[in-house]
Amino acid sequence: MKIAVCVNHVPDTATKVKIGSDGKSIDPAGVTYVVNPYDEFAIEEALKTKEQLGGEVVVISLGSDANKESIRKALAMGADSAVLLKDNNFRDSFAVGKALAAEIKNQGAEIVFFGKQSVDYDNSVTGQITAELLGYNCVTVVVDLKIDGEKVIAEREIEGGKEVVETSFPVIITAQKGLNEPRYASLKGIMAAKRKTIEEKDAEPADNFTEIIAMKKPAPKQPGKILGSDASAVPELIRLLREEAKVI
Amino acid sequence: MANKILAVLEQRDGKLKKVSFEVAKTAADIATELGATVEAVVLGNEIENLEKVGNYGVKKVFQLKNTDLQNYSTSAYTQTLSNFIDETGADIIFFGNTALGKDLAPHVAVKINAGLGMDCTHLEISGGEIIATRPVYAGKALVDIKLNGEKRVFTLRPNVFNPGEPSNESAEVEAKEIPEVNLSSKVIETKKSEGKLDVAEASIIVSGGRGMKGPEHFHLVEELADLLGAAVGASRAVVDAGWRPHSEQVGQTGKTVSPNLYIALGISGAIQHLAGMRSSKYIVAVNKDPDAPIFGVADYGITGDVFEVVPAMIEEIKKLKQG
Ligand SMILES: Cc1cc2nc3c(=O)[nH]c(=O)nc-3n(C[C@H](O)[C@H](O)[C@H](O)COP(=O)(O)OP(=O)(O)OC[C@H]3O[C@@H](n4cnc5c(N)ncnc54)[C@H](O)[C@@H]3O)c2cc1C
Ligand SMILES: Nc1ncnc2c1ncn2[C@@H]1O[C@H](COP(=O)(O)O)[C@@H](O)[C@H]1O
Repeated sequence: MKIAVCVNHVPDTATKVKIGSDGKSIDPAGVTYVVNPYDEFAIEEALKTKEQLGGEVVVISLGSDANKESIRKALAMGADSAVLLKDNNFRDSFAVGKALAAEIKNQGAEIVFFGKQSVDYDNSVTGQITAELLGYNCVTVVVDLKIDGEKVIAEREIEGGKEVVETSFPVIITAQKGLNEPRYASLKGIMAAKRKTIEEKDAEPADNFTEIIAMKKPAPKQPGKILGSDASAVPELIRLLREEAKVI
Repeated sequence: MANKILAVLEQRDGKLKKVSFEVAKTAADIATELGATVEAVVLGNEIENLEKVGNYGVKKVFQLKNTDLQNYSTSAYTQTLSNFIDETGADIIFFGNTALGKDLAPHVAVKINAGLGMDCTHLEISGGEIIATRPVYAGKALVDIKLNGEKRVFTLRPNVFNPGEPSNESAEVEAKEIPEVNLSSKVIETKKSEGKLDVAEASIIVSGGRGMKGPEHFHLVEELADLLGAAVGASRAVVDAGWRPHSEQVGQTGKTVSPNLYIALGISGAIQHLAGMRSSKYIVAVNKDPDAPIFGVADYGITGDVFEVVPAMIEEIKKLKQG
């Protein structure tokens, strides 16, 4: 079976965000980019699925040449091949989904793994958008996956519990933490990844619906009140929560 | 042409969720500002008290009925709701940014070819256009966005848009039988976390971090939470250590919450933790390190030992309850 995994290349979550001179994006100076954390779970699940069903795993990433670093990491973990859909401009999730959908179709992948969310714009939508464009089934925020013949059984996190969803191929799964423990790339894997070629092509053009008007820092919070350094501050705390904040 | 606004409500087990009233009220307010009409829709077979939506300014609510719509199904909800939007011609659609809304809104946006603004925390009208503010980079920055195209879909972060006091108005409810639904994906089981309140839904959360020193001390967190009718939350450090289940994790790789009150006990306030809770209305921190970053977002803080302060909080609240 052809398995695909969509991998995004994003600023490390510990990055200090500085607004860039355009006032619409972050200043990239000094920012370290990494594989989107949720996509590591997606890569691991793609590899496990290959181990179960056979076939091959193709990595698809849309972005600039810099994305090759994250692609290499996925290859080093064990993915077989990779495609970089090149575009240096801002794309909204709809436009990303269109290009990913075209490549997934081109690859003929029947199961595609996404992360549940990119930690840059925190949209959590590209998997769903791509699935709808392709007419694939889709289960999001998945913490457990079982493939049993034609059946795909996925557990997703919801408020106050989990939902077990039954669906079928072709399918897009978006990975949540808890789905698996991503493997480390072995030295052999890293060496092998260097020999694998990354196919590069221009991403299919697509229009954005989303226009970013401005990026700004959240208004700084008023400094809080430190009420004391031991239990003697508790009565005052409870009083403030009742009378000032009115939350208890 | 005047806009047609639609508020998509959400029910679970036949009861409207609280976020539905926030979505209804916000939709109604935006409609007033834009001179647009507003209606609400909800999918499900048996739902109580739908007329209550009228308390929040929406006078008409459609119920799309089928036994297979009582539980959420991505395929069935996408198809049913998109058809409804096509029939009614709604062009601005609001959802709650819940597990259901996050899953469904992008599918529907593709079906109706609409722009999509997720997890909005503020909406404003400028020059007849909706400008939505949403957190990015785990809340370290905000973007103001505008959606181009003919239709727009927005999801609203729960517990951020205040529905205000309910009025006495009721909504007219119109049920529509949906003859057939697409069940290519189907929920076959719902596993509820045993009798516990979920952090994503609670209006008060008491969270414990590594400063609680071990799972055997979390009874303190639980007792305080019980007394306050709160949910128990946790930092990733304690989830990774296996002290608490992942369902309780707050933060970037856990849940994003914005309760009225968030009490952080022995949590340092790492950026990834703040990502999940900094939009809480009030934050209380108890940490023995006065330089812990959690104090940078806390409204009230005690720079003390949790093993001394938390039992005192429990006692104080017990006293309060006894009157
Ligand atoms: C990609 C990524 C994603 C992440 N996602 C999340 C996430 O979703 N959620 C999350 O929480 N973290 C997340 N983290 C981890 C985060 O960086 C921190 O490591 C974590 O939040 C720390 O948890 P903590 O505050 O419980 O522990 P610590 O940072 O160890 O803090 C413990 C605190 O307890 C205080 N303390 C100790 N003893 C006492 C006492 N007796 N009384 C009072 N105070 C005491 C200490 O002063 C200290 O401030 C993520 C990290 C990465 C890299
Ligand atoms: N530029 C991209 N290239 C490849 N995959 C992407 C890209 N953007 C988003 N994705 C995938 O979509 C998931 C959800 O992203 P988002 O909707 O941006 O939060 C990510 O975890 C990735 O799997």
